[in-house]
Amino acid sequence: MRITCPCCGSRDRREFTYYGSDDYLRRPDADAAAQAWDDYLHNRDNPAGETRDLWYHDPCGTWVKVTRDTVTHAIHACEPVAGEAG
Amino acid sequence: MTQSHRIPGKGRIDRARPVRFTFDGRDYDGYHGDTLASALLANGVRLMGRSFKYHRPRGVMTAGSEEPNALVEVLEDGQHTPNVRATMQELFPGLHARSQNRWPSLSFDALAVNDRLSAFLSAGFYYKTFMWPPAWWEKIYEPLIRRAAGLGSLSGRHDEGRYEKAWAHCDLLVIGSGPAGLMAALTAARAGADVILAEEDREMGGRLLSDAPEIDGRKGDAWALAIVAELASMPNVRLMPRTTVTGAYDDGTYGALERVGLHVPTLADLPRECFWRIVAKRAILAAGALERPIAHPDNDRPGVMMASALRSYVRRWGVDPGRVVIFGNNDSALDAARTLTAEGVRILAYIDPRPVPPVEEFRVYQGDVVGTTGHLGLQTVRFRHRGGVSEIAAETLALAGGWNPTLHLACHMNTRPDWDEGIAAFVPRPDMVPGLAVAGAAANRFSTAACLADGAGAAAAALADLGLKAPDLPVPKAEDGVYAIAPLWSVEAPGRAWLDFANDVTTKDVELAAREGFASVEHMKRYTTQGMAPDQGKSSNVTALAVLAETTGQGIPTTGTTTFRPPFVPISIAALGAGGRGHGFAPERRTTSELASRRMGAPMIEAGLWFRPSYFPREGEATWRDSCDREVTMVRQAVGVCDVSTLGKIDVQGADAERFLDLVYSNTMSTLKPGRVRYGLMLREDGHVMDDGTCARLSERHFLITTTTAAAGPVMRHLDFVQQAFCGDWDVRLISVTEQWAQFALAGPRARDLLNTLLRDPVNAQGFPFMACSETRILGVLGRLFRISFSGELGYEVAVPARYGAALFDRLVAEAENLGGGAYGMEALNVLRIEKGFITHAEIHGRVTAFDIGMERMVAAGKDCIGKAASQRPGMIGPEREQLVGLMPLEGHASLTAGAHLYEEKAPATAANGQGYVTSVGYSPTLNSWLGLGFLKNGRARHGETVRLEDGLRKRKVQARVCDPVFFDRDGGRMRG
Amino acid sequence: MVPERGDVMRYSGFRVLLEGLRGNRGWRPAWRKPDPKPAYDVVIIGGGGHGLSTAYYLAKNHGITNVAVLEKGWLGSGNIGRNTTIVRANYFLPGNSEFYSHSLKLWEKLERDLNYNVMHSQRGLINLFHSDGQRDAFARRGNAMLAQGDDAVLLDREGVRELLPYLDFDQTRFPIYGGLYHPRGGTARHDAVAWGYARAADQRGVDLIENCEVTGIDIDQGRVTGVQTSRGAIRAKKVAIVVAGRSSQVAAMAGLRLPIESHILQAFVTEGLKPCIDHVVSFGMGHFYISQSDKGGLVFGGDLDFYASYAARGNLPMVEHVMEAGMTLMPMIGRAKVLRSWGGIMDMSPDGSPIIDRSPVDGLFINCGWNYGGFKAVPASGRCLAHLMATGAPHKVAARFRLDRFATGHLLDEEGTGSQHNLH
Repeated sequence: MRITCPCCGSRDRREFTYYGSDDYLRRPDADAAAQAWDDYLHNRDNPAGETRDLWYHDPCGTWVKVTRDTVTHAIHACEPVAGEAG
Repeated sequence: MTQSHRIPGKGRIDRARPVRFTFDGRDYDGYHGDTLASALLANGVRLMGRSFKYHRPRGVMTAGSEEPNALVEVLEDGQHTPNVRATMQELFPGLHARSQNRWPSLSFDALAVNDRLSAFLSAGFYYKTFMWPPAWWEKIYEPLIRRAAGLGSLSGRHDEGRYEKAWAHCDLLVIGSGPAGLMAALTAARAGADVILAEEDREMGGRLLSDAPEIDGRKGDAWALAIVAELASMPNVRLMPRTTVTGAYDDGTYGALERVGLHVPTLADLPRECFWRIVAKRAILAAGALERPIAHPDNDRPGVMMASALRSYVRRWGVDPGRVVIFGNNDSALDAARTLTAEGVRILAYIDPRPVPPVEEFRVYQGDVVGTTGHLGLQTVRFRHRGGVSEIAAETLALAGGWNPTLHLACHMNTRPDWDEGIAAFVPRPDMVPGLAVAGAAANRFSTAACLADGAGAAAAALADLGLKAPDLPVPKAEDGVYAIAPLWSVEAPGRAWLDFANDVTTKDVELAAREGFASVEHMKRYTTQGMAPDQGKSSNVTALAVLAETTGQGIPTTGTTTFRPPFVPISIAALGAGGRGHGFAPERRTTSELASRRMGAPMIEAGLWFRPSYFPREGEATWRDSCDREVTMVRQAVGVCDVSTLGKIDVQGADAERFLDLVYSNTMSTLKPGRVRYGLMLREDGHVMDDGTCARLSERHFLITTTTAAAGPVMRHLDFVQQAFCGDWDVRLISVTEQWAQFALAGPRARDLLNTLLRDPVNAQGFPFMACSETRILGVLGRLFRISFSGELGYEVAVPARYGAALFDRLVAEAENLGGGAYGMEALNVLRIEKGFITHAEIHGRVTAFDIGMERMVAAGKDCIGKAASQRPGMIGPEREQLVGLMPLEGHASLTAGAHLYEEKAPATAANGQGYVTSVGYSPTLNSWLGLGFLKNGRARHGETVRLEDGLRKRKVQARVCDPVFFDRDGGRMRG
Repeated sequence: MVPERGDVMRYSGFRVLLEGLRGNRGWRPAWRKPDPKPAYDVVIIGGGGHGLSTAYYLAKNHGITNVAVLEKGWLGSGNIGRNTTIVRANYFLPGNSEFYSHSLKLWEKLERDLNYNVMHSQRGLINLFHSDGQRDAFARRGNAMLAQGDDAVLLDREGVRELLPYLDFDQTRFPIYGGLYHPRGGTARHDAVAWGYARAADQRGVDLIENCEVTGIDIDQGRVTGVQTSRGAIRAKKVAIVVAGRSSQVAAMAGLRLPIESHILQAFVTEGLKPCIDHVVSFGMGHFYISQSDKGGLVFGGDLDFYASYAARGNLPMVEHVMEAGMTLMPMIGRAKVLRSWGGIMDMSPDGSPIIDRSPVDGLFINCGWNYGGFKAVPASGRCLAHLMATGAPHKVAARFRLDRFATGHLLDEEGTGSQHNLH
């Protein structure tokens, strides 16, 4: 499996550390309801098919949002996390 | 020994290089270019192994890696390799091999009695018996079964052999070097692509070496040699013989095993094997096809082999097969009979259930084989034909049941192939593995001309994908015959007919499985073990499937197939794990003080990936405890020096750095003044404690934070995430500087005296108070100074660029010794921090909240922080939770053990009575008592209570008083002083 | 129709002899292949180990026999048929400890219970440790096991050497300090567990329906009424989702979003070898565990591939890591050849512990989140789900496996790695 780091290019999977679904990018407000935090931390669509998840390129420290297929392992897009959050 | 069965002048062997070898202790001669199998056959040895279950005598069936029978052990000094295919082991001078899975000898094997008991050992019999009496399973039945099972043996000694792993990248990987593979490689190579051509055999050419059809007017093997020579001359081509591509993985990554040094007597300069990861933009699978046998009674005797293998042994190795009978059901069988006859082989009978041609140079029969005789080797073949049943004497029976395309790699991504009625076999579908095309016989092309054209076509398509122009390369002329087959899976006749030779599965087993309801192909496989042997059913799975389909009355496409999974051929654990042996398994991180510590005799112990000194023994100290006690006392009474460089250090800078730190620490950092340090607690987003450390504000916009040794990596990753995911537009940057700075703790009443011997600008108590930090000149080097303490004593940590670390440590230790102190290690550090109730990951073990360790007030009220919301869930707080406490034995010299559980004084030690557990213990020379830290239900409310520490593992029960976890200098006067 | 006891073919050594003499023609199907009925009291979605054992205990312990087990493929085609077959009761957190202890007790009489030899082999399991800190953590675990009434022995380095002399004690990257020995731990023949439960459930009248994919869950006013399948609609009073690996997809049919992420766990088997490893050995520093099957293959595995996946296959980084761990720990296995690798789909939960609970839909139950510890749990999991479905109350050893524990913070995190699904 190869992932394209936005900084470093195509790299073998073993250079990356996986975190989880890109749900982790949508952090609830501090005073959000308990349900929102439960969904954020625990509950997942867990799709069999296209998903977006978060990978850390250990050598350069870039977090990458990867759009890929959980059934075929095809990778459709790799974008930096930093570009889109505010 | 003479090579009695060698045809003079024949074969691709080097008769100028005779090779002596042994098999089962007996000397034989062969030639360079032989395999162990061909050399044994040339010496008239047909018996090479015993079967798995019935211990039937077995000979070689194939001439390739798919061999199910001829598995042997190859011996070295004090070591041996089991389950080596005699068909793949190249001969070299001094090769010693022996047969396996037999006792006492290959020709007389006591467990052959199983063959006589086969009626009681049918598929799955073991699920139905051995249940009584229950205790006998582990004691009697299982040991018996285990001893009877298994094939070869491991020596039990460490594998000291050399193995390697390597990477390769290319535009096009061609797998297989038959006509399709050679054409594909040549086409791509001439177009300028980077090509890797991988071939399992020692020689490139594939079936061209064995069958030698005419290509462009030349013998196929000569044609192949010429193409290989051209490829070898091209700088953009890498030829990889002896390399089996073993697996297809994601994004064009392939695993491949190269047998680098298994064909030579000494391994002086060569690894045994190398496991390659080949990253290819495109790949072509041109692995050919595997011939399959026909299940007829007693089709497993030594001397029964595949017709294609027979052709290889005759043409490549000049083996004389004696009198031959061929039993086939397709045109390639007939072609084999004709070609072999032309080679001078005596074909006594060609038997085919299809209408046979009237005139051949050998006897032809329309019929089928119904039995064989010959205990240790084939003697006669019995067959039915239009004139009745005949029996003829023969040494070799060649089976030709048709061809299965070698499409395994194309199935490694779990896609299923199609069933093709025309050739009665599974064939690949397009795009089974992204970027991999299948060509040649593997793609259902069964004439030489079609294979050549297909290889060229597949390469042209790959080149187009790569943006390269295919060269103008005419496809050579070759035979373009039709491959016709009438499926024949098993012969209806009394007796046992083998499907899976390696695992001893017969047609009866498959029928029994179906009768018992194990009729889905996966159930049949698992119930009978069909296809689960070392050959993974390469030559038998399709036939077994067909027999199952016939039994259940469902067609083969409905019955389906089992999954091909990597590896295509078995790979030694040592090759896949190359580099892991000994210390290679994980990186080793060393501090700048290591050499000095070792010089002082300190044992170095693992701390995460780092190594740290355990203690520094001095003369007269008999045990580690003596040294530890002395070092603790030294710190409490004089001064100690300890390397703390392994703690993570993260440099945080920017206008929004303080805002960022407020988010990642539970407590507030924005109020910290420049030149000051604050203890910080980090939570995971799920509300548990992640790590703790210090946060130093070096200047308005510049912070340096520390992490624990073990958590340095995860914390850095976490901070990068928070910064990139949530603070993308903030002015804050962070980087790990753990390795850039060597840092040493100076602790003890004389720490300031020690420090001031080295500083350009000495410090005093008021000018540089507790929790101060600044830059400083130390021995002329610009460094950093922190007044922090993990020992509870007056303490400083001094940091210098790592290149000065070794020198500074030497100087610190020397000066400390002048002051009555010295270096201290991890053991003393641990006791010092327990005395003070400071926590480590023994306490913050991932299940602990700030509440549990009495730090809930450090989760600041006025701001958000990572983990705050989740830390307020009802289950995360409250008296039912276990809270950090101190534990002091009622009798001070009673030793404590970490991992003991806590119970009320008189309560029995049952799970229901559990009150908590002990996390850390140490003997405090300061307090003259063992001390413990632990977690106790509602513990903060129970100070003063007596609990029982029970350690059933070590048979210890100790009564202890619950107390505050800070045992020593509770008001902190010593470290503030 | 529940078959009469007389119809049931008992397995025994005598029967094997008798049938052998008759040419093995008398063996009958191990279970029926019924068509689905229009309605059942209980429908269990998933014919894996947990689903089959649930059906068995519903019938045996609660007399509920009007039960169908619906299996998309063939019985036992999920993780029961692709695991490293380890059976153990060495958990330490209250909530887990009593459950796995109970499960091991059920294992110990499973063969007599099912009249099927599942080859449960209590050969002993050794968890190695490599530092003082790890020893302390294992001591805590071992003392929890003892307090639970199970067995545990703390071995020092020499104690380990006595049991496992073939380990590399001299130059391994992480020196062996000792091990926690669990003599009652061991292995079992995984497929046989599925088949044994299937046969025994079938004998008690349960309908095992293969090639029957559930495509929808029927809910009427908050109450489950049945399921839609590839073989038609089936009404049911109660439905259980027991489909670890696919839990999120099936639960989504009932509108549920689970705290589950699916991950790949690879495992490996070597060619057959004469006996060389007599125990189950677990090497935490390398996430490596190994045993030898009765057929002679070394069966071993490692950690997850670590990315969410349903591909049922893995990649080389973890393959190589597992082999490297094997080579640093026990280099004698270097010459053994890996024959086959496979990947199972694990239901990873946020605390590494499972869920056996009601769902928010009346009559709909869920059993999921087994991470990679599901095999040893098969007996107790079925026993406890059956108890919950039959009585309406959780079995006392599974009372903490609640679906809402993540929301409330009552976690069961043995590893202490937190809510990130792939870290357990």
